[in-house]
Amino acid sequence: MKEMSLIELKEKQAAVVREIMGGGGVTMRLEALGIRPGKKITKISSHFWQGPVTVLVDRNKVAIGHGMARKIMVEVI
Amino acid sequence: MPEAEKKVLLMGNPNVGKSAIFSRLTGAKVTISNYPGTTVSFSQGYMKIDKDEMAAVLDVPGIYNLEPSCKADSVAVDMLSEGDVVVNIADATNLERNLYLTLELRERGVPVIVALNMWDETRHKGIEIDAEKLEKELGLPVVPTCGLTGFGVKRLMVRIRNARKKEFKALSKDERWEEIGRVLEASQKLHHHHHTLLERLEDISTRPVTGLPIAALVLYLSFKVIRFVGEGLIGNVFQPLFDNFWLPLMARLSSFLGGGGIVHDILIGKLVDGQIDFGQSFGLLTAGLYVPFAAVLPYIFSFYLVLGVLEDLGYLPRLATQVDNLMHRLGLHGYAIIPMILGLGCNVPGAMALRLLEGRREKFIAATLMAVAVPCMAQTAMIVGLVGQRGGRYVALIFGILFVVLLVKGLLMNRFMKGCSPEILWEIPPYRMPQPMAVIKKLWMRVSEFLKEAVPFVMLGILVVNILYLVRVLDILSRVFAPVLSGLWGLPKETISAMLIGFLRKDVAVGMLAPLGLTTKQLVVACTVLAIYFPCMATFIVMLRELGLRDMIKAAGLMVLTALAVGSLVNFLW
Repeated sequence: MKEMSLIELKEKQAAVVREIMGGGGVTMRLEALGIRPGKKITKISSHFWQGPVTVLVDRNKVAIGHGMARKIMVEVI
Repeated sequence: MPEAEKKVLLMGNPNVGKSAIFSRLTGAKVTISNYPGTTVSFSQGYMKIDKDEMAAVLDVPGIYNLEPSCKADSVAVDMLSEGDVVVNIADATNLERNLYLTLELRERGVPVIVALNMWDETRHKGIEIDAEKLEKELGLPVVPTCGLTGFGVKRLMVRIRNARKKEFKALSKDERWEEIGRVLEASQKLHHHHHTLLERLEDISTRPVTGLPIAALVLYLSFKVIRFVGEGLIGNVFQPLFDNFWLPLMARLSSFLGGGGIVHDILIGKLVDGQIDFGQSFGLLTAGLYVPFAAVLPYIFSFYLVLGVLEDLGYLPRLATQVDNLMHRLGLHGYAIIPMILGLGCNVPGAMALRLLEGRREKFIAATLMAVAVPCMAQTAMIVGLVGQRGGRYVALIFGILFVVLLVKGLLMNRFMKGCSPEILWEIPPYRMPQPMAVIKKLWMRVSEFLKEAVPFVMLGILVVNILYLVRVLDILSRVFAPVLSGLWGLPKETISAMLIGFLRKDVAVGMLAPLGLTTKQLVVACTVLAIYFPCMATFIVMLRELGLRDMIKAAGLMVLTALAVGSLVNFLW
């Protein structure tokens, strides 16, 4: 399957996180919220005008800024 | 203060209910809400752990791990070396992520006890945890708890008393995740669960298509309820109380004092047509009581009632998500809406919540915007009371101007300050039904805080202005500032007294405009300028602490400039 960023993922689609294309700081902050390579996430919504993406990780919802969401590479399952 | 030998630290991820457990353990009153970042500073309380032994309990702001990513985090991590026992509060509905901190904590050589909080929510979420097995797998005492109802707190206390140190091997990051996987495999089962009504509401208030109209509706309804309750309390309770009971007493005191003179003016203030007018007689016993109790308190009450319900429901993080894209244009991210909303109640807790924001640039922008464009509820109540007499549209005009100032100033700061807007990355908690008792407790805490903090300052403000007036300092000052006051803003020079008192209390300052006989235009300009030009002293002190001296001076300069510009603009365009 092809890798894409979290921005390109469609709403309600589930995917596995493959890679976080950011520095240590971003990776760490995302990991703290349970978003790390290998985790399954489902996109809940995205907002227009470069607004945030919200995802479901385990049973938790997280809002991720547009710029950061672009750095999260996922693979649809 | 009781002699405390042991120090117990409550640590855990944000929004897992540390403050609720803290309040249960110590009986201390702290703010508890359903959003990450409610606790921005340490609270300390005491609990009895033995017949004659007390332990100090510290409510530490939430952290995800022990590798600090910002200053607030590193303070929390530094605390660890002082603790004798750590109670690691974990969200039982979200164990995997919470256990990471647990594993880090147990390596630190401090006795750790795990409280599985929100235990009551696990069942209907289809999560089945075997607490005994978890205890065995982790090698740490595990106690299921529910902070809101107090379930499990007694057992937690027993385990704190018997806490023992244990040695654990230090693991690498990957090893920790593996270990968590192993522990959960053995102790947790996840079942499929049906969506509840609240969960469906969560979805529709998150998606922008439905979420934005819902946000508009929530704000509109909040406004309606705040106004309805506030006006109702004034009209039916406080105004009659003052008119029927306090006024006759004061009238008698006034004639006893001879209707004038220094003592009379300080206690009663100036009479209007030989009568006391609570809105215009600025004495300690007249406006000094009327302003905080009859004009402001009802709105403080209604505002915090509505805010408390929204906080406990968990709506604020969703609102933050809806406005994130707009806030981005102002150099902030969506979560900066939380200090702003708290600031609408009182700028002091608003300024304290600036700690939620990561960077110096972001804090600076948020602080400056809050100081100029977010009037506190005390000020708002007075504006509504005073300007509302000339027509609701003028009240709307003032708030409209402030909102435009917020947008324009934010856009400009974002454009001209080095750096870029940070990205939002925040957990959105599930909706939880607000518990009436919890809402009432929090409301009571905030209202009594207002009375304790505000009333002395209101009195002080009125005393100061009377004395300044008596020693004719105001005359001199009004002449010095006349070019700005009348030249730029078109206001009579007597408004200097209000501008001066605005440093102490904005509500009194707005009230002091009442006896000046201003035109509607002057009133709008004066109220707008009073909101913008400088924060009140209490807010100033907190902002200074949060921003540091250099940034505070810059911010203050911007506030004064904005007031000069906006005041003149309104004056000349009208």
